[in-house]
Amino acid sequence: MQKGNIKHKPKLAVWKFASCDGCQLSLLDCEDELLMLSQNVEVANFPEASRAVVKGPYDISLVEGSITTAHDAERIHKVRRVSKILVSIGACATAGGIQALRNFKDIKEFISYVYARPDYIDTLSQSRPVSHYVSVDFELQGCPVNKKLLLEVLNASLNGRRPNIPSYSLCIECKLRGTPCVMVGGGIPCLGPVTHAGCNAICPSYNRGCFGCYGPMETPNTASLTELWQKMGVKNEDIVRSFRTFNAASEAFKKAGKDCEKG
Amino acid sequence: MQPPRPLKKRVKTVKKAKTIKVDCLARVEGEGGLYIKIKDGELADVRLNIFEPPRFFEALLRGRMFSEAPDITARICGICPVAYQMSAVNAIERAFGVKVDGQLRALRRLLYCGEWIESHTLHIYMLHAPDFLGYESALHMAKDYPEIVERGLKLKKAGNAIMTLVGGREVHPINVRVGGFYRTPELEEFKPLIEELEWAKEAAIDTIRLTGGFPFPDLEQDYEFVSMTHPEEYPINEGRIVSNRGLDIDVSEYENHFVERHVKHSNALHSVLKNGGKYFVGPMARFNINFEHLTPLAKKEASKAGLAGRCLNPFKSIIVRSVELLYACEEALRIIDAYKMPKEPYVEPKPKGAVGYGSSEAPRGVLYHRYRLDDNGAILDARIVPPTSQNQGIIEDDLFKFIPKHLHLPEEELKWRCEQAIRNYDPCISCATHFLKLNIEKG
Repeated sequence: MQKGNIKHKPKLAVWKFASCDGCQLSLLDCEDELLMLSQNVEVANFPEASRAVVKGPYDISLVEGSITTAHDAERIHKVRRVSKILVSIGACATAGGIQALRNFKDIKEFISYVYARPDYIDTLSQSRPVSHYVSVDFELQGCPVNKKLLLEVLNASLNGRRPNIPSYSLCIECKLRGTPCVMVGGGIPCLGPVTHAGCNAICPSYNRGCFGCYGPMETPNTASLTELWQKMGVKNEDIVRSFRTFNAASEAFKKAGKDCEKG
Repeated sequence: MQPPRPLKKRVKTVKKAKTIKVDCLARVEGEGGLYIKIKDGELADVRLNIFEPPRFFEALLRGRMFSEAPDITARICGICPVAYQMSAVNAIERAFGVKVDGQLRALRRLLYCGEWIESHTLHIYMLHAPDFLGYESALHMAKDYPEIVERGLKLKKAGNAIMTLVGGREVHPINVRVGGFYRTPELEEFKPLIEELEWAKEAAIDTIRLTGGFPFPDLEQDYEFVSMTHPEEYPINEGRIVSNRGLDIDVSEYENHFVERHVKHSNALHSVLKNGGKYFVGPMARFNINFEHLTPLAKKEASKAGLAGRCLNPFKSIIVRSVELLYACEEALRIIDAYKMPKEPYVEPKPKGAVGYGSSEAPRGVLYHRYRLDDNGAILDARIVPPTSQNQGIIEDDLFKFIPKHLHLPEEELKWRCEQAIRNYDPCISCATHFLKLNIEKG
């Protein structure tokens, strides 16, 4: 990682909201790069990895998780105030995550279904992305994020350039790696045409249709894909469910699901 | 060994009582805190607070198709997604009467070995060892012990390599489906893994020798250990649920013997035995119950580290985890050696209205799933009991026993030791929540 124009060792913070820890684990999964990273960046606040806390402000904050409690809605503003650059990482932080399925249901019923004493539980009716509450400098999509892209975002942010993250669809990645189309060739329903690239199109290479972990690409044509799936014989309810997973509350997938429900 | 450095604290004197708060327990997965109350020089209360926000998985699973359960439940935990996928498919396959055996069964065990290697190494090297060597983190430790930290990272990578090949990727693998896999790897694809795992096996032996030499605080309790058990193998993905006190049940009987309680100080339900007894799950439970099924090498190295089939000191769980790490490397090599690509990657499941029960041994202990499904395979309701819910009571018990003997320690050191005692259980709070603050109140 080049030092760029920041003179002191840049301070990195990693914050967690409602999430599975998988995206911050992706940082620890950079087994070959982690020690080099820690030599060039001061890991100033990363509770999952260290009990040492260096006070802010921080040059860059990575935020994992969605905002689901009143306390967290306040905490994210504090995080923003102490962060020069704030990058939200993962489907939870960029779209609300799988826990945003509550947004389509009655939260009170959800609480009483899981907990014997609903009065002990404090939660909001909507699981929302970080960008709903504060301005975000970059959003890295994915459930989980790709660790190589995460390193690219860190490198770019610390060197004052825009991260080089492709915004095209998964289809391009299949072409690049030479995977035959599972939908055209294999008749398997695939969300690839509307899904953001980034995972390197793993599922089609495992004979499986993309199921949308990376969320919507830039300007996805979900209506066209819905029509294609319908022609393939996929039932509307199954199409709705496919749009409603880890990125259910993203604008594009939310709209696609609703349009399909209307028929 | 360096002395623990001061943590962020708030000191408030109320009459004879003193409260100290540390805002977040570090090096655990998820967010939680610890509350300790000391009155007139004696320990009055210990509470593990989990404030990880609830995500309501059991509620949101309703109405989803059976085929979605492995991918959705994986998202409960980024550190042990395979455990969720396996308990989910075990439960659903049982409901549908699907039997997954032969190479498909072996391949699932291999995938699970990958997760054990990755998760155990993460905990041993990155989260727990710094406590024993007196560092705030593995990154701080790397300045004085670069070769140890580098070995840990390389071991972790070996586990991840299995997950990536068999599962498609390290975090939230995509290749697991009800009935088997989407694609089974060709024999050729395993070749690069063999050399890496042969190295990992030697590195795991070095890990046992390293952790076996750590200084251990004195703490032993007469625990009720609960783990799965299997007549022919060390338990990972199949077996009955047993305890060292005579419990021996099929997974379908689980809810007849264990209940979850909702306590105010935690967003994680506490699981206890029906008679109210607390119990211990995870590597130490598996080790004490299933030692005979370890490989000869793992048994030998465990014995050399002073654990000949028995370990009652939770601080030594780091050695047990190292022994399981060795076992998982050996077992992965054995499975690869015997691998023949199955003709079909999966058995076609035929949905039917039924209830399915499934369990498996997550790196942190028994993970229970139950699903009620309709005739089309839609999920009507779901129940998930993660290992950390089961260990919460025991963690508090350990602290009740540990703290009174160490009240003479300087406060900062006492706090650090308490954190270490919690980390003995590798608690995964993301899993259990359905956050950690350390408060010591002294009077």
